Amino acid sequence: MRHLLSISDLDRADIERILDRAASFAEVSGREIKKVPTLRGRTVVNLFYEASTRTSSSFELAAKRLSADVVSVRSTGSSVDKGESLKDTIQTLTAYDPAAIVIRSPHVGAADLVARWSRAAVVNAGDGKHEHPTQALLDVYTLRSRLPALDGASIWIVGDVLHSRVARSNILAFQRMGAQVTVCGPPTLIPRGIESLGCEVTYTLERVAEADVVYALRMQRERMREAFVPSLREYATRYQINAARLRPGQVLMHPGPVNRGLELAADVIDSPQATITAQVEAGVVVRMAVLYELLAGAHPAVPDAPEPVGAAETAEARA
Amino acid sequence: MTSALTHARGPAEDLLIRGAHVMDPGQGIDGLHDVLVRDGRIAEVGERGSPALPGGAGEVDGAGRHLFPGFVDPHVHLRTPGQEHKEDLATGTRAAAAGGFCAVIAMPNTDPTVDAASILGSLREIAAREARVPVGFLAAITRGLAGSELTEMAELRDAGALGFTDDGRPVTSAGLLRRALQYQRLSGGVIALHEEDPSLSGDGAMHEGDVSALLGMAGIPSVSESTMIARDAALAGYEEARIHVQHLSCVESVEAVRAAKAAGVAITAEASPHHLTLTDESLRESLDTRLKMNPPLRTERDRRALVAGLADGTIDCVATDHAPHAREDKEVPFEEAPMGTTGLETAFAALHTNLVVAGELDLATLIARMTTGGALFGLPVPAIAPGSHADLCLVDLDAEWEVGEAGYHSRSENCCFAGEVLRGRVLLTVAAGAVAHRDRSLAAVAA
Repeated sequence: MRHLLSISDLDRADIERILDRAASFAEVSGREIKKVPTLRGRTVVNLFYEASTRTSSSFELAAKRLSADVVSVRSTGSSVDKGESLKDTIQTLTAYDPAAIVIRSPHVGAADLVARWSRAAVVNAGDGKHEHPTQALLDVYTLRSRLPALDGASIWIVGDVLHSRVARSNILAFQRMGAQVTVCGPPTLIPRGIESLGCEVTYTLERVAEADVVYALRMQRERMREAFVPSLREYATRYQINAARLRPGQVLMHPGPVNRGLELAADVIDSPQATITAQVEAGVVVRMAVLYELLAGAHPAVPDAPEPVGAAETAEARA
Repeated sequence: MTSALTHARGPAEDLLIRGAHVMDPGQGIDGLHDVLVRDGRIAEVGERGSPALPGGAGEVDGAGRHLFPGFVDPHVHLRTPGQEHKEDLATGTRAAAAGGFCAVIAMPNTDPTVDAASILGSLREIAAREARVPVGFLAAITRGLAGSELTEMAELRDAGALGFTDDGRPVTSAGLLRRALQYQRLSGGVIALHEEDPSLSGDGAMHEGDVSALLGMAGIPSVSESTMIARDAALAGYEEARIHVQHLSCVESVEAVRAAKAAGVAITAEASPHHLTLTDESLRESLDTRLKMNPPLRTERDRRALVAGLADGTIDCVATDHAPHAREDKEVPFEEAPMGTTGLETAFAALHTNLVVAGELDLATLIARMTTGGALFGLPVPAIAPGSHADLCLVDLDAEWEVGEAGYHSRSENCCFAGEVLRGRVLLTVAAGAVAHRDRSLAAVAA
């Protein structure tokens, strides 16, 4: 595997291998010195064209814990602001001979372009409304510790699917892992043709009790101005996940940041059914595993890298 | 062709094209003939070996090749004035000649817009110096394509405008379009329409459907085009006006045009080689910005409806919508890229390969649809008949070539067929009696 551009680049075995590796890094994160020398002397560039807190900080931390040299470039204050094209920026950064470029862009396909223009391994950290594959991987990682198996599990993705790259990557990833995906939201925020991805579509939460997992998406406040919904109040009355709607035993997920009182009620955010904090924790180890897979996985085992653990366990659980 | 067309007249060259398979559906010719061109006109269409080679005439071996009337493209963007870094009248008409076109009609969305007689006049002066094949011009319907005030349509017609269009943009206001249709009774000139409801197309970058759902890209629904065609056909019917619908892309639009024709509306329509041969499925593989155009590539169902419409005459002609863009403008993420593909050099070969060789359309119908686009705007149809102006193209239907491998005659290289191996190569184009293009292989044979 040379790049991680889309979940469609991965088969189930790839996902399991990456997540098993992430589990082994979780052990490193428990140590006082949370660092392994795997990527010592190699450079990872984080190129963020959009505001991001958790994704950019967790990629940075992941690279540092693998002992890589990390350069973070944000659009604000850089030559990007001075009208430099993406191609010229990539050519400039390529001069530093980075081992990997992590890119977040408001444009669909930006990571593919970087992969074409650079020799580095490229990780898509979000390209427009297309995909956010590492988010999907960390969500699957989180679910593995909450569910006995994803095979046959029913996962509902609720909210603004139209504008969500998280939704698209997760539909693909959850299905790769054997789950059944249903998307639910106002008809104006469900893209035409989404069922061609293999998911079911519904416009009400009537049957949400059937779900094993409820994955709520962030609702952007500007969607009301754009006439996608008549009001946020009506959105919340129809689609908010609250204690009355969440059945005991269901897992509640959210990619963050949460709009308290909009897509999620406070009573469920802080309940033990919610995995929101666990998802953030998973972000670092899963991104370590992705960088490892792209930069070290192709080479003979690096002697001081931790061996993946848990592989045997999950294999057993599946059997 | 006529005085509405302008070009730098080349020296008339007497030619005897021997033994080609001559096909001119308009004249009912489909067989092996020798064709003699003298003083810029077709002097003789004779039996093989019958015309003698006059002194000073060049001989062209047509054996195994096809001779067609020259193609006419009623929809090209030559980018002059204002964007000569993308194309100019010399490079654009060189590309046209290389594609077998003996005449083209240029769109007015230049910088400045062709919205005043003085601008059209100076543009025609440039064409008289630089254009290798005759060029006709459409003028804007509204000043600056702003959609609010009519241009001086009558004066523009007197200055040589073949018709009017705001191409690149729709005429959003039905009220304003109605005024233009009424005013057409005074000015004449076909009103050509880019049909799109911006409240439906929004910031869409591709067809709205399964592929846009997968990619998370804002889509342009097919109904953003077809609803405007239905509206404008109703207006044209009411005002008894003459309209032409540009670049049809979807099944609903073909149905709207078919219904309007059945209702007696004076409406014609065109479709582009890319909409007739490609679909949005190509974008699953790669978000190649050369595949970004407006209207967008749609589904296989739409493509088939366009081919059926072309076959039954609902769609009157092929038009390339040749839209050159600079490399730096296209080397950006898909959503950022400008809309448009070049098409003059590949039109015939792409349609021959993907429709005729593939068995979806017969060759004679393709030739008819590629030669009649100018007639919709009042130009004569090129004909292989004694006494006609010599507008011809000689094609080797079996020759395969890879698009872009040897570069392009156009100044720009944003061709949606780049890298495809196509069958059918234009060897010789005669436009208004002069040789406008001669393939290297043909020159070698002649020498």
